[in-house]
Amino acid sequence: MTTPSAADAASMFELPPQTSSVRRFLRVFLARKIVIAGLSVLTLMVLMAIFAPLLAPHDPYGQDLSMSLKQPSAEYWLGTDMLGRDVLSRIIYGSRVSLIVGLVAVLIAGAIGMTIGLLSGFFGGWVDTVLMRVMDAMIAIPMIVLAMALGAILGGGIVNVIVALGIAIVPAYARLMRGQVLSVKQSDYVMAGVVTGVGNVRNMLVHVLPNCLSPLIVLLTMNLGMAILAEAGLSFLGLGIAPPGASWGSMVNDGYRYLLSNPVLSLAPGVAILIVVLAFNVVGDALRDALDPRLRGME
Amino acid sequence: MLTFIVRRLIMTIAILFIVSLIVFTIMHMLPGDPVAIMLGDQASVEEIERLRTELGLDKPLPVQYADWLLNVLQGDLGRSISYNEDVGQLVRDRLPISFHIGLSAFVLAIVLGIPAGIIAAVKRGGWLDSLITVTANLGMAVPVFWLGILGVYLFSLKLGWLPVQGYTSPFEDLGQSFRQTVMPVVLLSLGALATLARQTRSSMLEVIRQDYIRTARAKGVKENRVIMKHALRNALIPIITILGMGLASLVGGSVFIEQVFNIPGMGRLMVQSIFGKDYVVVQSVVLIVASVVALGNLAVDIAYGLIDPRIRLGK
Repeated sequence: MTTPSAADAASMFELPPQTSSVRRFLRVFLARKIVIAGLSVLTLMVLMAIFAPLLAPHDPYGQDLSMSLKQPSAEYWLGTDMLGRDVLSRIIYGSRVSLIVGLVAVLIAGAIGMTIGLLSGFFGGWVDTVLMRVMDAMIAIPMIVLAMALGAILGGGIVNVIVALGIAIVPAYARLMRGQVLSVKQSDYVMAGVVTGVGNVRNMLVHVLPNCLSPLIVLLTMNLGMAILAEAGLSFLGLGIAPPGASWGSMVNDGYRYLLSNPVLSLAPGVAILIVVLAFNVVGDALRDALDPRLRGME
Repeated sequence: MLTFIVRRLIMTIAILFIVSLIVFTIMHMLPGDPVAIMLGDQASVEEIERLRTELGLDKPLPVQYADWLLNVLQGDLGRSISYNEDVGQLVRDRLPISFHIGLSAFVLAIVLGIPAGIIAAVKRGGWLDSLITVTANLGMAVPVFWLGILGVYLFSLKLGWLPVQGYTSPFEDLGQSFRQTVMPVVLLSLGALATLARQTRSSMLEVIRQDYIRTARAKGVKENRVIMKHALRNALIPIITILGMGLASLVGGSVFIEQVFNIPGMGRLMVQSIFGKDYVVVQSVVLIVASVVALGNLAVDIAYGLIDPRIRLGK
C-alpha cells in the first residue's frame, strides 16, 4: 500500500477553478446553437427596424394602382399588394411596429404588474386579497378577448394597441411578482431591515425588489413573442394598427382575399411573424434555463 | 373534498362578480353615446332622452350596474342593436358552435399533447425528442390565423380536399360537419397541444430524476409501469395547470379560427359586434367567455384536489 505524497494530498483538496456567475450564465445561455440562431435573428430584426428607410427598396406607403398585385420579380422581390405597395418594404417597416408594440406593451405590463405584485406580496392582508382577486378576474378573461374589448374603447392605432395589450398582460407579472415577494420576504436580510426600522418603501425597493427580478426578466423575454403575436392578431382582425400603417397582421388579412392568385401577400408576413416569435421564445427559454438553475436541462 | 369544492366554488363566484364589474366598467368607458348609436343620426334629442330613460341609462352608474347584474342573473342579457334580437338568443345560437370546435380542439390537444411529451421525455436526446420539441416550439410561435390561411390555401384551394369555410352542425350532416371542422379543430388545438407537450416533457424529466423512480426501477418494476403509474401521476400537477391556461388560449384562438373559416361562433359574434359598435353584445360575450374560463379553472382546481391529497387538505 502506498501513502499519498504531499503533492497528491494538495491536489486532492485543490478546489476547481472558480467561474464567475456571468461566465456561468453565458455558458448555459449560449449552450445551444439554436439560441445563437435566435439571437442572430433578433439582432437582424432590430437592425432591420432601425435602418428600415435604408433597407426598404421602395416606399412602403406609396400607392400606385397601375402596379397593383404584381407577382414577385427582380424589381419587387415579394410582389406588390392591391394598392401597388411593395410587400417587402412593408414587411421591413412592419418590423418596427412589431418590435415597438411588443417591447413597450411588455414593459408597461411588467411595470404595472410588478408594482401590484410587490404591494400585494409585501403588505398582505386586504391589499393582497383585493389586488389578487382583481388579477384572478382579469386572468379569467382570455388575453386577446380583453385586449379586443379594451381596443374597442381605445380605438386602433399603435399607442392604443400598446395600452390594450399592456393592460391585458398585467396579471401574469402581478402573480409572479407576488409569489417572489412572499418567498423573499421571509429572508433574513428583509427581516433584519424590518427589525432595524427600515421603512416599508425602502425595504421593498432596496431589499425585496432586486431579489425578485430574475424570473420577471425571463417572463418579460418570453412574453415579447406573445405580445408580437397578439398585436399581429389584433391587426389581423382590424382592431390594431390602422391603415395605411404597415403591420404584419393586417398584411396577412389584406392578402387573404388574393390567396389563390397571389399567396405571397398573405404568407410572407406570416413567415416574418413566425420567425421572430420563434426567436423570442427560444431566447426566452435559454434565459430561463440560465437564470433558474432548478429548470436547467429540463427543456 | 366537499369542503374543498365548496371553497373553490365560492371563490369562482367572487371572481365572476369582479369580472362583471370589470366588464361593466370597460363598456361604460366607451366613447360616444350608445343611445345615439342605437337610434342613428336622424334621431331627435327628445327621442334620445326617451330611450335613455327607457333603458335606465339616466340612473346613477351603481344602480345601472345592479339592474344589469340582476337581469343577467335572470338570463336577460339585453337586446342587440345591430341584430335587433335578444342577446340571449344570439348566444344560444352561437355558443354550441364554439363549444363544438373548442372542446374538440381541447380533447385533441390532450390526447396528442400528453403522450407526445411523455415520449419526448422517455426518449430524451433521441430523434423523436428533437422532432417533438422542434414541432412544439413551432406550434407555440405560429400565428393561428396565418396557419388557418395556409391550411385553406393548401388543403382547400390547391388540393381540394376540404371545404374553404362554413359550419354545419354534426346533428344535421355528420360527414359535412366533419369535413368543415377538421381543419379548424386541428389548427386551433396546435397551440395548446404544443404547450402541453412541452410541459409534460419538462415535468416528466423532473420527476424521472427523483429517488422514488430510481427505487421503483431498482425493485424491478417494469418501465411502462414506472412511467405511467409512478412518474406521470406525480408529473400531472403542472400539466393540469397548463390545461387550465390552455382553455383560455383556446377561447382566444377560436376568435381567429372562426374569423378565418367563417364559423358563426362566439368569437366571430364578438368581432362583428365590436365593428357594429354593438356593445351590449360585446359585454355579454366577454362575460360568458370569462365565465366559461372561470368554470374551466374550477374544474382544474377540483382535478388538483383529486390527484393530490395535499391540495384538497390545504397543506
